[in-house]
Amino acid sequence: MPVLISATHGIHTPEDVVAVRQAVRQRAVELGFNLVDQTKLVTAASELARNTLQYGGGGAVLIEGIGDGLRRGLRLTFEDKGPGIADIDEALRGGFSTAGGLGLGLSGARRLSNEFQIESRPGEGTRVTITRWR
Amino acid sequence: MERIPILKMGEYLLVTIQVDMHDRVAMTLQDDLTARIVSAHAKGVLIDISALEIVDSFIGRMLGDLAAMSRVLAAETVVVGMRPAVAITLVELGLSLTGVRTALNVERGMELLRRRIAEQGRDGAGSD
Ligand SMILES: Nc1ncnc2c1ncn2[C@@H]1O[C@H](COP(=O)(O)OP(=O)(O)O)[C@@H](O)[C@H]1O
Ligand SMILES: [Mg+2]
Repeated sequence: MPVLISATHGIHTPEDVVAVRQAVRQRAVELGFNLVDQTKLVTAASELARNTLQYGGGGAVLIEGIGDGLRRGLRLTFEDKGPGIADIDEALRGGFSTAGGLGLGLSGARRLSNEFQIESRPGEGTRVTITRWR
Repeated sequence: MERIPILKMGEYLLVTIQVDMHDRVAMTLQDDLTARIVSAHAKGVLIDISALEIVDSFIGRMLGDLAAMSRVLAAETVVVGMRPAVAITLVELGLSLTGVRTALNVERGMELLRRRIAEQGRDGAGSD
């Protein structure tokens, strides 16, 4: 799938999480997503950016507008070099949190996207990729 | 540091969240609001989120915590003005906002508070 536009944003402070939300919103508008889909994308991005900061010790997100003649989408790749996730199935279960959170970040971001991938290795870091098609 | 203003309107407090808050601002609001409920002897709190473009699990949890804390301080909380797109997204996120009362706008929220507080007055008198 050809990449139409791409940009990387560092995630190192709570203000960066806000900046990521704004950047994702802007891209979603540019790609023609309707308001509900924009809201879903920004909400998923907010959850994953916060995880990158809170658990991954900071990292970055790659925001890509992708598409061919048939469809367009927004792909977000969050990456950190933090402690990783020991049990991914457990972390993806709604309500599971190691930090007293609601445990809805990963499971919610998955529900809010059309495609969801997670790679994580203890001691090496975590990469979460979500895509939503228009 | 930025802060969310808290306005006193009679026996109620009105919190209008106007910015895309980052997490530290949200935490500060919890502390500020509980202190204000006590110092203003507030019976009710309206939290206007009509300017919020998203509510994620962190903000959702904060709203739930605010409602629970004000209940402990004998004040009712109503969250008003949630945008339809936000409400749809919250359901898909899996967040139920249990224990958080909501209303369409500030006026409706006021009515709800008045009714709730009147009911409580009656219940209190009855159980004496
Ligand atoms: N980037 C990450 N690095 C390490 N652990 C993570 C990361 N993202 C999520 N986790 C783990 O997965 C759990 C669930 O995350 P999430 O669904 O966002 O819920 P919450 O943030 O409320 O705990 C977290 O408590 C944490 O242990
Ligand atoms: Mg999380």
